[in-house]
Amino acid sequence: MAVLTLSTALPDTSFRLDVEAADWRDALRLAGEGLIASGVATPTYTEEMIAAVEEHGPYIVIAPGLALAHSRPSPAVLRTGMSWVRLVHPVDFGSPNDPVRHIIGLAAKGEQEHLDVMAALARALSDPVSRSELDRVPTPAALRALLDPDSTNTTTETSTGLEEE
Amino acid sequence: MNITCVCGMGIGTSMLLKMNVEQAASSLGLDAEVSTADIGTAKGAAQSADLIITSAELAEELTGLSTPIAVVHNFTDVSEIEAALKEKTQ
Repeated sequence: MAVLTLSTALPDTSFRLDVEAADWRDALRLAGEGLIASGVATPTYTEEMIAAVEEHGPYIVIAPGLALAHSRPSPAVLRTGMSWVRLVHPVDFGSPNDPVRHIIGLAAKGEQEHLDVMAALARALSDPVSRSELDRVPTPAALRALLDPDSTNTTTETSTGLEEE
Repeated sequence: MNITCVCGMGIGTSMLLKMNVEQAASSLGLDAEVSTADIGTAKGAAQSADLIITSAELAEELTGLSTPIAVVHNFTDVSEIEAALKEKTQ
């Protein structure tokens, strides 16, 4: 099983930075678009992410201003990967952590492959300085560098993230 | 002690929570084995756990268990998780 790196998990095509969403469903559709654009999931997965919130409530809003949108592994997941939406105008999910500016989409084939990427995410989000930088980094490459300062060189040279496919 | 982190699907938010629970447990000097479970299997998994950690929304779905439940609002705030662990383990 291949270990996922940030550049393959979050290629440039998976980002929707500084976009508008009408509501939380729209925001999840943007996260789904990023997963579809980078070949990670089919449109069905987007509906599965929305259904998960309809069923269990907005528990995916795991931190102030940030949602980790996902469903379970399914045939709609083509490979493990992520997407990142940053909204110009944050939307409400009905969570105490509203309003939400960042929506990270996650599609996983299994439970282990994305561990390293999730660890990088956990580190960046628990550091207040990195967390506030996420609101303003200008490019996907800069955002990846923020998540993993040690891999700046490799993340910038594989800008599409699709070469290994 | 055995700690189970519960989320809706068991692969995303609970995994991120697990990492920060491990960090919080280690800074408190707790000897903790941390696992993840989705809400569907959490009730079974909870029987072998000493503590469940989850969000407020999902805690509401886990009523009727004898295992104590710690609710965390910010899964990325290690100090909030530390406080929740302290409250439930002392």
